[in-house]
Amino acid sequence: MDHPIKRDHARFRKIVKGRVRDNLRKYVSSGEMPIPKGNGQFKVPMPSIDTPRFKFGDQKQGGLGQGDGDQGEPIDGQEGEGEPGQGEAGEGEGSKELDVEMSMDELASILGEELELPFIEPKGKKTMESTVDRYTSIGTVGPDSLKHLKRTYKQALKRQIASGVYDPDNPVVIPIRSDYRYRSADTKVEFDNSAVVIYMMDVSGSMGDEQKEIVRTESFWINLWLKSQYKDIEVRYIIHDATAKEVDEETFFRTRESGGTLISSALKLCKEIIDSDYNSEDWNIYPFHFSDGDNWSTDDTKLCLEILDNEIIPQSNVFCYGQVESRYGSGQFYKDLHSKYGESADNVILSKIKNKDAILDSIKDFLGKGK
Amino acid sequence: MNRTKSLSGELLRLKEEIHQYAVDYGLDFYPVLFEVCNYDTVCILAAQGGFPSRYPHWRFGMDYDQLSKGNTYGFQKIYELVINTDPCYAYLLNSNRTIDQKLVMAHVYGHADFFKNNAWFSSTDRKMMDVMANHSTKIRRYMERYGQDTVEIFIDRVLSLENLLDVNVLFETSEVKSNRKKFQKLVQEEEGIEYENERSSASLRSFMRSKIGEKDEDIEGPKEEDSRPMQDIDEIYKGSRDIMKFMMDVAPLKEWEADIIGILREEAYYFLPQRMTKIMNEGWASYWHSKIMTQHACRASEIVDFADVHAGVMAMSKQSINPYKIGIELFRDIEHRWDTGKFGKEYQECTNMAEKESWYKETNQGKDKIFEVRRSHNDITFIDEFFTQEFCERQQLFTYDYNPRTGRNEISTRDFSEVKNKLLSQLTNFGNPIIEVETSNDQNRGELLLNHIHQGVDLDLNYAGDTLNNMFALWKRPVNLKTVQDGKQVVYCFDGREMKTRS
Repeated sequence: MDHPIKRDHARFRKIVKGRVRDNLRKYVSSGEMPIPKGNGQFKVPMPSIDTPRFKFGDQKQGGLGQGDGDQGEPIDGQEGEGEPGQGEAGEGEGSKELDVEMSMDELASILGEELELPFIEPKGKKTMESTVDRYTSIGTVGPDSLKHLKRTYKQALKRQIASGVYDPDNPVVIPIRSDYRYRSADTKVEFDNSAVVIYMMDVSGSMGDEQKEIVRTESFWINLWLKSQYKDIEVRYIIHDATAKEVDEETFFRTRESGGTLISSALKLCKEIIDSDYNSEDWNIYPFHFSDGDNWSTDDTKLCLEILDNEIIPQSNVFCYGQVESRYGSGQFYKDLHSKYGESADNVILSKIKNKDAILDSIKDFLGKGK
Repeated sequence: MNRTKSLSGELLRLKEEIHQYAVDYGLDFYPVLFEVCNYDTVCILAAQGGFPSRYPHWRFGMDYDQLSKGNTYGFQKIYELVINTDPCYAYLLNSNRTIDQKLVMAHVYGHADFFKNNAWFSSTDRKMMDVMANHSTKIRRYMERYGQDTVEIFIDRVLSLENLLDVNVLFETSEVKSNRKKFQKLVQEEEGIEYENERSSASLRSFMRSKIGEKDEDIEGPKEEDSRPMQDIDEIYKGSRDIMKFMMDVAPLKEWEADIIGILREEAYYFLPQRMTKIMNEGWASYWHSKIMTQHACRASEIVDFADVHAGVMAMSKQSINPYKIGIELFRDIEHRWDTGKFGKEYQECTNMAEKESWYKETNQGKDKIFEVRRSHNDITFIDEFFTQEFCERQQLFTYDYNPRTGRNEISTRDFSEVKNKLLSQLTNFGNPIIEVETSNDQNRGELLLNHIHQGVDLDLNYAGDTLNNMFALWKRPVNLKTVQDGKQVVYCFDGREMKTRS
């Protein structure tokens, strides 16, 4: 049996999870994202979970130190780090920032529970089979490197006792060839289902930093959820103004262009990517398009709808359009899409994102259908 | 499942050797039982305050989480763990080098001597191992009966009061207690109130409640609540800093709730002396590990490793003071002064610094003096009495303050009296705000009024609000707190929904 503290620990983890869930909206709308730690874990900034007590306030109360230095000499921090409240100092019982680690699955399940997201039913037969070997059983043949010594000696002991060779006063156990046991592999069939997310974003002049921040936050949580639903996931990024190009993640969120907007350019590129790399028989495809709703001309909008109708939508699980409100955007594209597909379209989801607080709702719009 | 092993082989031999050195130096302790365990176990034990069995609560899990993470990332490492019991249990890490084990053993004997002899520990229960285990069983039972969540939430609330203790309770000898009891009885008799018929139920209550050996006195508590007007509660509790006891006795609680407060209070008082003697205790243990190691136990080949570990323990920091360092240096300073006659009226009144510096009278009372100091002082009196200007300068101590212009903490002064005052104010009331019961019938509405004795530093308001919230849950009527904020006196009132300022 495990030590009872493991139960306390589990309880603590549960509380932490609860806290994250309670504060999810705050995390999401402040853009404060869990920091990936590389090993599949995320570091979640955690408001302290201390027991409240009467205690002295104000970290700036100063303290005592020991060592060299003249009067006025700083003892901590970096120059120019003039943020008030950053002065972390003094007494042992100072601020205890909790570093909480959560796995991607935990975070995704919190998101899922909070938004009541349905699990995604991967598309039809488009799952790939693969076999995995796991060393879970024991065999009588195998290479020396897989020899299971404990089982081998157990077997030898059994044999010796059974054949009456074993002498309790001289308990020597010597395995012979037939006693040898080896770890051996069981082959299991696993189903892979792979998904690709293609993000498209309008980077024309009217999309400001705030709008991009919204897209960035939203895409993080969407990725998180989709990653928890599919074994394998690829993410592609397309930026466009009047022309479109594929970029890496970094550039996607950094680039700012000026000039006109031709949404069709992005959709065309998206279609090309799907055609060349992702056979819709094998892949679950999620194109996401974010813009402020401006398009150059009605002709181009017409072209867009054509591409969507004939090429992209039939191949995708669902096509998502998120319209980020900006001061300059007219929001016309949303109206155009809406008049064509309406609310009830099966594989088109439209969402308006007014401000940061609306991110969570819009995530729910996109993922709430379980597509 | 045995997570710890007793000593054997080489370690056992080392222990016997070091034990002998400690005895030869005159250290006096209960038998010390060393146990060897792995790091995970040390983390578990440390998270539980050194005890193998504690009541179930998530905060032990949290501490465990942080401790084991600290080790994985190499931030921190627990070297020694020793608990104040008879026999004294101490844990050794199986992955430590021999030199570390020796040092830890020597250090542990220092602590063990301190636990046994320091006056502030005199009333601690040396059978705490069993007491903790009993508490654990009791609380588990309550959880089975009333639900884990219910009990855990209640514990969460009570833990908010865990630092509202009265250090004088530690010194309530049985004599004082019985005197007070007699006195209270006398008062009651004069007032001619009949209690006999209630005695049975009251003693049942006192049986339920875990106390520090004051079961009889407890009878008085609930009685007031039941039959006497509220002014009389104030008569007894006004000015009391033992808020846990106050709540246990007066707040409208169920039996099991009052019992849990009693349990947590007993544990809090058990740990209190350790919080009050951090500098002395660590200083004393370090003094002895250093002495034992350098004079006897350390082999020539180990001296560099020893110096390395010792220097690590003694590291000075610009952000805070290291109790090990200040403690060991103060003990050494005292020993030196009393060896060379640097004490007494004549020395104090000497104004010639050069003369003071070279003062020498062969008094040789150093060793006796430090043993005497470790018996009767706590951190505050220790600093107050022995922290001298010369010492302050030699240790390069300074105070720092936050400079809002640069956003950094900057050295403000090395002035002796300022440093000393700062140090003392940090230690006052074991570093916690002083909160007293003012009245339990505030505004004649049964509201609780607490008084924060303001000593220059304001309370953290967010925490205060949450704390009042938790107290409200126990008191079940609004809870008020009188304090000073930004130089003005204010009364905060928590009425069950929000914290408001009361004019």
